[in-house]
Amino acid sequence: MASLNVRAALLSVSFLILALGLWEMATQPPDAQTGLTEYEMLMGGAEQESRVPPPSAVIKLAWAELSDPFYDAGANDKGIGIQLAYSVYRVLAGYLAAMVIALPLGFLIGMSPLMYKAMNPYIQVLRPISPLAWMPLALFIIQDSDASAIFVIFICSIWPMLLNTAFGVANVRQDWVNVARTHELGPLRTAITVILPAAAPTILTGMRISIGIAWLVIVAAEMLVGGTGIGYYVWNEWNNLDLASVIFSILMIGVVGMLLDLVLGKAQKLVEYKE
Amino acid sequence: MSKSFLEVDGLSKTYPDGQGGDLTVFGDIRFALDKGEFVCIIGHSGCGKSTILNVLAGLDEASAGNVVMNGKEIKGPGLERGVVFQNYSLLPWKTALNNIVFAVRARWPEWSREKVKEHSEHYLKMVGLDHALNRKPSQLSGGMRQRVSIARAFATQPELLLLDEPFGALDALTRGVIQDELVSIWQETRQTVFMITHDVDEAILLSDRIFLMSNGPNARIAESVKVDIPHPRARATIFQNPAYHKTRDYLVDFLVNRSGSASPEKDGTPRIVEPASDAGHSIPADADPESEAAAHAARA
Ligand SMILES: Nc1ncnc2c1ncn2[C@@H]1O[C@H](COP(=O)(O)OP(=O)(O)O)[C@@H](O)[C@H]1O
Ligand SMILES: [Mg+2]
Repeated sequence: MASLNVRAALLSVSFLILALGLWEMATQPPDAQTGLTEYEMLMGGAEQESRVPPPSAVIKLAWAELSDPFYDAGANDKGIGIQLAYSVYRVLAGYLAAMVIALPLGFLIGMSPLMYKAMNPYIQVLRPISPLAWMPLALFIIQDSDASAIFVIFICSIWPMLLNTAFGVANVRQDWVNVARTHELGPLRTAITVILPAAAPTILTGMRISIGIAWLVIVAAEMLVGGTGIGYYVWNEWNNLDLASVIFSILMIGVVGMLLDLVLGKAQKLVEYKE
Repeated sequence: MSKSFLEVDGLSKTYPDGQGGDLTVFGDIRFALDKGEFVCIIGHSGCGKSTILNVLAGLDEASAGNVVMNGKEIKGPGLERGVVFQNYSLLPWKTALNNIVFAVRARWPEWSREKVKEHSEHYLKMVGLDHALNRKPSQLSGGMRQRVSIARAFATQPELLLLDEPFGALDALTRGVIQDELVSIWQETRQTVFMITHDVDEAILLSDRIFLMSNGPNARIAESVKVDIPHPRARATIFQNPAYHKTRDYLVDFLVNRSGSASPEKDGTPRIVEPASDAGHSIPADADPESEAAAHAARA
């Protein structure tokens, strides 16, 4: 009996083959001539062009794109690698800025019930705002589309980090805080040597949620601001009616999102502890 | 009047009773500890033992009264007082060794890395854990965790050790083994220890004196029972001493029959009791002359 992992992998591959097979069959062009009406003949097979491309076409394109991901042939024709790199750069910039604010502020809110009560109304009002709703204001104030996209990432990734940090810090077991107190640790050393490691798993959970949201939002933000990035690329290929490229970039968005989550997942493992 | 090492004066703790009044958990607690004494405190659950210990530790505040150690009033937690909690309170992300290193570094910040490590390892060896230095608490049994916790408290060499039912969560076999270890560590270090327990045998094995607490509300430390059994003691042989049985009977009788009505002396200090040399009991022929004399004095 093969191990569970091997069997699961076999099953996964079979699903993939089945899905690709169905997809391929469903997207075959109709038999030449016989099925075409006079109108369609007149349109020169335009109908055929706008069909969803079969997986074979997508794979062919993927092969071509991935064998030269970083070519740059002008504003509207850049390799998928370059577009993804732009998006990842914006996500990381906004995300890191959010971290710099959210972690210390979360600590403050978590450690001080006064600060928690004072900040809570603002957080509750600001948190449910769709990050894209900030876009016009950001564009107007910052006057720069790239920085505006980064700002939108900043604003959407700050909340899970802030709330999880505050929650994690506020719920550190009193016993551990007492250990710090009986050993006469000052506030800063208590924060670093006891509260931070104790709250780290909760904080990392927030950071992992944030990076997921940031990656969701960047695609939409780049569709709005245009210029570069994977979101812009998807929209541009749609305007070109290049459905194979659209499908290919959708898959790439998934892959990169998965990689970002994987990194945070690994970091989470590092700080985890069992009681 | 000679001042003791630790003086507890008129300690009380009240909580609002939810109907506008006050509920006094315990009131006017007075006692003193001498340097190097091992004192256990026994009383029914909820009478306020942990609260008293936490006040001594500086982790809790009394509603009235004060505690003076070495002539200085206790106002908060401090490294000269070490605490062992019932739930061990080890930091779960640190290894056994690093839990001790954490404490030793806090106690002697000026020490070198090597010295801190060596000192910490020494104390882990004392509790027989030199094979588990690099294990996390989650990989240790309850008994081993409590050993680490005890090693951590002894490693900082506090002047006063506070133990809150340290063996309460352990099975009887493990408890016995660690009790013996505690006896031998204490034999070596002779630190002043104040310990809460609900185990009468444990109290007799370890203490010089046992405080008996009456039931709450308004609980008091009613009696201070002298345990007249010479050190070093061992679990396997202590029951051969006649004083052991007299003391044990006395404690059990208090807990079963008298804890509801017992009260301290008029001045608030606990009544001093010496069950092993009580006039009512016959003194065995081979008893030591001191208790013989005490018995005579009691008869006279
Ligand atoms: N916040 C509180 N409000 C009211 N009563 C409390 C509060 N905290 C503790 N108590 C009471 O204080 C008493 C003493 O508790 P504790 O010191 O833990 O007792 P022990 O350790 O002897 O079992 C208990 O009876 C408990 O009900
Ligand atoms: Mg208790």
